[in-house]
Amino acid sequence: MTPHPSADAAAAAPVPAGHTIAVTSGKGGVGKTFATANLAAALAERGERVLVLDADLGLANLDVVLNLLPKVTLHDVFTGRVALEDAILPAPGGFSVLLAGSGLVEYSRLTDTVRQQLLDVIEQVTPRFDHVLLDTGAGISDVVLFAVSLAQSVVVVATPEPTSLTDAYATIKVLAQQQQREHIHLVVNQVARPGEGRIIRGQLQQVVDRYVRGADGTALKLELLGELPNDPAVREAVQLRKLLLDAFPGSPAAQAVRAAATRLVHEAP
Amino acid sequence: MASSPSHRVRADEAASGSLAVGKALQLLAHAGMALPDAVPGTREWLQSLIDALCELSSRDPLTGLVNRRSFELGLARELDRVARSGESALVLMIDIDHFKRVNDEHGHGSGDLVLQAVAKALAASVRPMDTVARFGGEEFAIILPNCSPAFGPTVAERVRRRVKATQVDLGHGEPLHVTVSVGGAFAPQWVRSSAALWIERADRQLYQAKAQGRNRVCIEPAAISPVSSEEKGMLFAALKHQDES
Repeated sequence: MTPHPSADAAAAAPVPAGHTIAVTSGKGGVGKTFATANLAAALAERGERVLVLDADLGLANLDVVLNLLPKVTLHDVFTGRVALEDAILPAPGGFSVLLAGSGLVEYSRLTDTVRQQLLDVIEQVTPRFDHVLLDTGAGISDVVLFAVSLAQSVVVVATPEPTSLTDAYATIKVLAQQQQREHIHLVVNQVARPGEGRIIRGQLQQVVDRYVRGADGTALKLELLGELPNDPAVREAVQLRKLLLDAFPGSPAAQAVRAAATRLVHEAP
Repeated sequence: MASSPSHRVRADEAASGSLAVGKALQLLAHAGMALPDAVPGTREWLQSLIDALCELSSRDPLTGLVNRRSFELGLARELDRVARSGESALVLMIDIDHFKRVNDEHGHGSGDLVLQAVAKALAASVRPMDTVARFGGEEFAIILPNCSPAFGPTVAERVRRRVKATQVDLGHGEPLHVTVSVGGAFAPQWVRSSAALWIERADRQLYQAKAQGRNRVCIEPAAISPVSSEEKGMLFAALKHQDES
């Protein structure tokens, strides 16, 4: 497992059974939450026990994507109003969710309390699932970097659009330098033609090889987890506020998500 | 309207049935705002009355700028927008230097003239899309949507210089000059933060500008992109090349 110096407490604790995966993106609005939810559904289809934890504390909208009206959220757990078990809710795709709920403004700043609370929750849920997906925020704020540091694997979601690629590269660079990541998975969303994701991965890798070294000189390997085609079914599913895998299970994008989930399972520790 | 406002108010009051709107109309008349011209008591008339009252309650009477209440609403709206769009937005907190001295030496009437002159200078130094507000006392605030970190300091500096160049005619003696200290902070990207936190960050910079000797600008450094232009060049040059091949 990759060492995470910014999460000393996590490193000190016994490594939990489940595979923790942070899903992040440099730029917002590239389909990060969409990808997370559908990857979770694809993993669940394979019989895996999956939890999606909405770690985008500042701008949580997993509930919007899944069309859920959360009665109990992470905020209630943080404030001790409910037990953690009661906040883990079933989601449409056969997986479980732990929702942050919108408007948790106070969590947009990483205080020691927030840090500890998030750490506690993740430590408690991880042994109960095969995969715990952390839907983190976009950008490279300290909250996002901390949430990512708690995960064993990282998935960066990007689109071929230039600002998205630049911001994805920035995230990758910071993760390599601050967290000594050696592997980062890439999901390229909204690709116009097959193979575009592979080209983008190759390009990012070239710039990484030239400019990015971890603090201890380690190299970083980018792995293409999947490329999701620019599929009208995606837009339709989003508008219906349904999972792509539920609404259009046979669509090209749904198949691409399943392929990505398969790769993710094979690399699980 | 100016000829017999009280008469007009009574007539409208009668026409609006049981609603007591006399005070509202008096307030509007006193502020020099046009009274609703629809038929008194009708739905349109009531709507325009409500609109006028909203406008009145969002303005600072002395300077005509947006008041603090309305400013905070605007700030929250802007935060929600940038949280999702990732656009760069700047808020400036502006305080007149040694304003107490103006009041003490020239009287409160002169103090009011200074506040009005500064308000005018601020409004004239920003874009129409920006919101200039009187935050309270001698403190002003400006919301600048879609303002990139590269331009923020330039805008703030323009605001400061414009005020410094302003002459306040007191109606007697030498015209007065005042300066302002300016503090600024950018909205956090991709995070839904709170308006209070944003103001607090800009205020901290304002405090620093004061501490460093006043008549200056301090802006919280925006997060520097970890990506150099060389890296960007390499990232896109080869992609373009692959597109062509």
